[in-house]
Amino acid sequence: MNTKPFSTVLGLVALLTFAAPAFSAGGGALQHADVNIRDIAAIQRGAKLFVNYCFSCHSASFMRYNRLAEDLNLDEDLVMENLVFADVKIGETMEIAMRPDDAGNWLGKVPPDLSLASRSRGADWLYTYLLTFYQDESGGWNNQLLENASMPNVFWQLQGIQKPVYATHDGHEVIDHLTLAEPGLQSPEEFESSVRDLVTFMEYLGEPAKVKRKNIGVWVLLFLALFALVSYALKAEYWRDVH
Amino acid sequence: MAKPASNLARRADALWNWVDTRLPVSAFWKATMTGYQAPKNFNFWYYMGSLALLVLVIQILSGIFLTMHYKPSADLAFASVEYIMRDVEWGWFIRYLHSTGASFFFILVYLHMFRSLLYGSHRSPRELVWIFGMLIYLALMAEAFMGYVLPWGQMSYWGAQVIINLFGAIPTIGEPLTEWIRGDFFISDATLNRFFALHVIALPLALLGLVLMHLVALRENGSNNPDGIEIKANKDENGLPVDGIPFHPYYTVKDIFGVAMFLLLFAFILFFWPEAGGLFLEHDNFIPANPLVTPEHIKPVWYFTPYYAILKAVPDKLMGVILMGLSVVVLFFLPWLDRSPVKSIRYKGLWYKIMVGVFAVAFVRLGMLGMSEGTPAQTIEMRVWTFVYFAFFILLYFLSPGGKTKPLPERLTH
Amino acid sequence: MPTDGVNKKRRRFLVATTSVVGAVGAGFVAVPFIKSWKPSARAQAVGAPVQVTLDGLEPGQILKVQWRGQTIGILRRTRETLDLLPEIDADLRDPESQESEQPSFALNEARALKEEYLVVNMHCTHLGCVPQVLPQVGAQPFEENWKGGFFCPCHKSKFDLAGRVYKGVPAPTNLTIPPYSFIDDTTLVIGVNPEGAA
Repeated sequence: MNTKPFSTVLGLVALLTFAAPAFSAGGGALQHADVNIRDIAAIQRGAKLFVNYCFSCHSASFMRYNRLAEDLNLDEDLVMENLVFADVKIGETMEIAMRPDDAGNWLGKVPPDLSLASRSRGADWLYTYLLTFYQDESGGWNNQLLENASMPNVFWQLQGIQKPVYATHDGHEVIDHLTLAEPGLQSPEEFESSVRDLVTFMEYLGEPAKVKRKNIGVWVLLFLALFALVSYALKAEYWRDVH
Repeated sequence: MAKPASNLARRADALWNWVDTRLPVSAFWKATMTGYQAPKNFNFWYYMGSLALLVLVIQILSGIFLTMHYKPSADLAFASVEYIMRDVEWGWFIRYLHSTGASFFFILVYLHMFRSLLYGSHRSPRELVWIFGMLIYLALMAEAFMGYVLPWGQMSYWGAQVIINLFGAIPTIGEPLTEWIRGDFFISDATLNRFFALHVIALPLALLGLVLMHLVALRENGSNNPDGIEIKANKDENGLPVDGIPFHPYYTVKDIFGVAMFLLLFAFILFFWPEAGGLFLEHDNFIPANPLVTPEHIKPVWYFTPYYAILKAVPDKLMGVILMGLSVVVLFFLPWLDRSPVKSIRYKGLWYKIMVGVFAVAFVRLGMLGMSEGTPAQTIEMRVWTFVYFAFFILLYFLSPGGKTKPLPERLTH
Repeated sequence: MPTDGVNKKRRRFLVATTSVVGAVGAGFVAVPFIKSWKPSARAQAVGAPVQVTLDGLEPGQILKVQWRGQTIGILRRTRETLDLLPEIDADLRDPESQESEQPSFALNEARALKEEYLVVNMHCTHLGCVPQVLPQVGAQPFEENWKGGFFCPCHKSKFDLAGRVYKGVPAPTNLTIPPYSFIDDTTLVIGVNPEGAA
């Protein structure tokens, strides 16, 4: 290939430009969630938080309880006792009792199903969103990432109450940062860790097969490397005739 | 060797002869493989065709298994895809095989087409190979578009909305035409159901037929090569091209190696990066289709974005659609636009190298801009590259007959 | 092209190696496709064990429930009919249920965990029809000396009150006993064997 450097370079340019992740998702304001989906203990803690704080309004209707038990190394009975509050069987999915119509009437907006939230929004977005609730001047809840979010800060007892500190940028008054006005049951570090657990669980929830997928992937690549090696030897042997 | 074994071998031989005298298996094998002389200097670019064929097989196989679990109904489609991802054993693998395969199909086809631009593979006497290839490309675009609608996520829905409305730009018949395509007054269950039928039956059949024609036309004159000279012009005393080698075993073993390398890359994406950062599987498509909520930023999948950028570059609806259509149609005429006495970039002057280079950059930049949000500065850039895109073909037509060339070699270079 | 001095042995070896590795790879790829046909997590959830309460089921009565698309009959047998069972043995094809399908706990004369209750897959082992239940002792149009049992209208197969098949009928084996267990005296779970049993 050394005789035609030009076309090779062109080809590489084309390949690299296509392969480059030529996109970024909404703004650089996101905090890094840094989740580890192999941390089963974190997913277990996150599942507990999810069931206690999210699950009364948000369903996860693609997730089966028995899959949860299996993937999280939990006993099925333990899952039934700790995570399942409704009268359902272990093989059923995480539906909620609230009917969408009622939800719309009570909350103004139907809380979305969270099965795929981590895939549509991304872990960093969820992490940032959950950390940046604040109480505005009227005493209502608002969110720095998603302005006028219809969801209240369900974690206020854990997190405490944050208030915004404003600054002036180009003549506009914008939120510079949030400050903890009233401490909650958890320190800021503890709370960040809790939210990380929850987001880790949601990352798992978005694609339960993810860890398995990557584990299998390693073996597939090793096998294909062997195949590439063998087929290269075969090709080289035959092409002796030509060269 | 023991007697029973050789007896068995004799019987197998007899059976083989029985078949071969009734079905021309060995004659076909000889004509297309062992007796088919291919130029001996194929390089990296010549892997793409056989790999595209491999991906076609992957798509058909994984597609068949996906239809076993997928439900082509507006109420059930989204959930049935998640059912495949979660409840069906290994369903995630089959689905990722199909979604990753779709993008790789286009990567390979674009590289395959670019090879033609480098070495003049579309030039006489291979114009029909190119035309069939272009028809494959068109069918593939239709196939990919309809396939993308099937998961019935937000991007499926709104992508279909935008693309179908393009037909609405046609004067007089536009509106009734879009209604006819949708089978409803908006994108609905009826649209999804017919797209499913086209995606799994009609277009795959058309693709297979076109691929067959592409290969038959190719075998008639044989492959071009990086030097762009005809190997049949220089034959030895046996009537075989001096620079030819039998396709089998030389290119079969080479293509097998190519397959192994390709599968390494393919498997890496499939198992470790199947969303490709939102390029192969878009984030918004994990939200169920909702006719009442338009996503903030609608864009087609990456392989359509160069044309989408051309559409967006034009401030008039009808003209935009015409120009976008023209950007694909012009490719059909490539064999007649290049009038240079030599085929390969190796023997064309610097003018061609610069033109092809700029064209490639224009195509890639248009693709990136097609995904962008379309700020005023980006719109201006889109217009510049759209101009460059079309200028390439016009300049090619006028510059190629008199453009500087180097003398062609007698034999293939190595 | 010079093809003399080709190491044919090496070529044969490399062709064989590549073929074997390729075939193994193809075999690996086939596994996900084959396994994708197995009952999915949803099918398994739908086919989960079924709880049945036996309150109010009188002797001689049968209760039918659906489990995994099969009709499961729960027949409460009387003492008298249970006592008749050994008498029929000579007329049966497989009186000891050696060739029939049942959990090991049901390998007894009554083919049951608790003698009183016969829990049986109602589908005939011939071609899958659901037989009529005729628990009374007494002459029937098809059998003068009927001691109670099941009669399949499709192809005239006959079974006794333990689901055992008679001789001279098309059904090859006794009716199948599904896995089941008791939570308490009157609550039955179909689809789960008692703990420790198989």
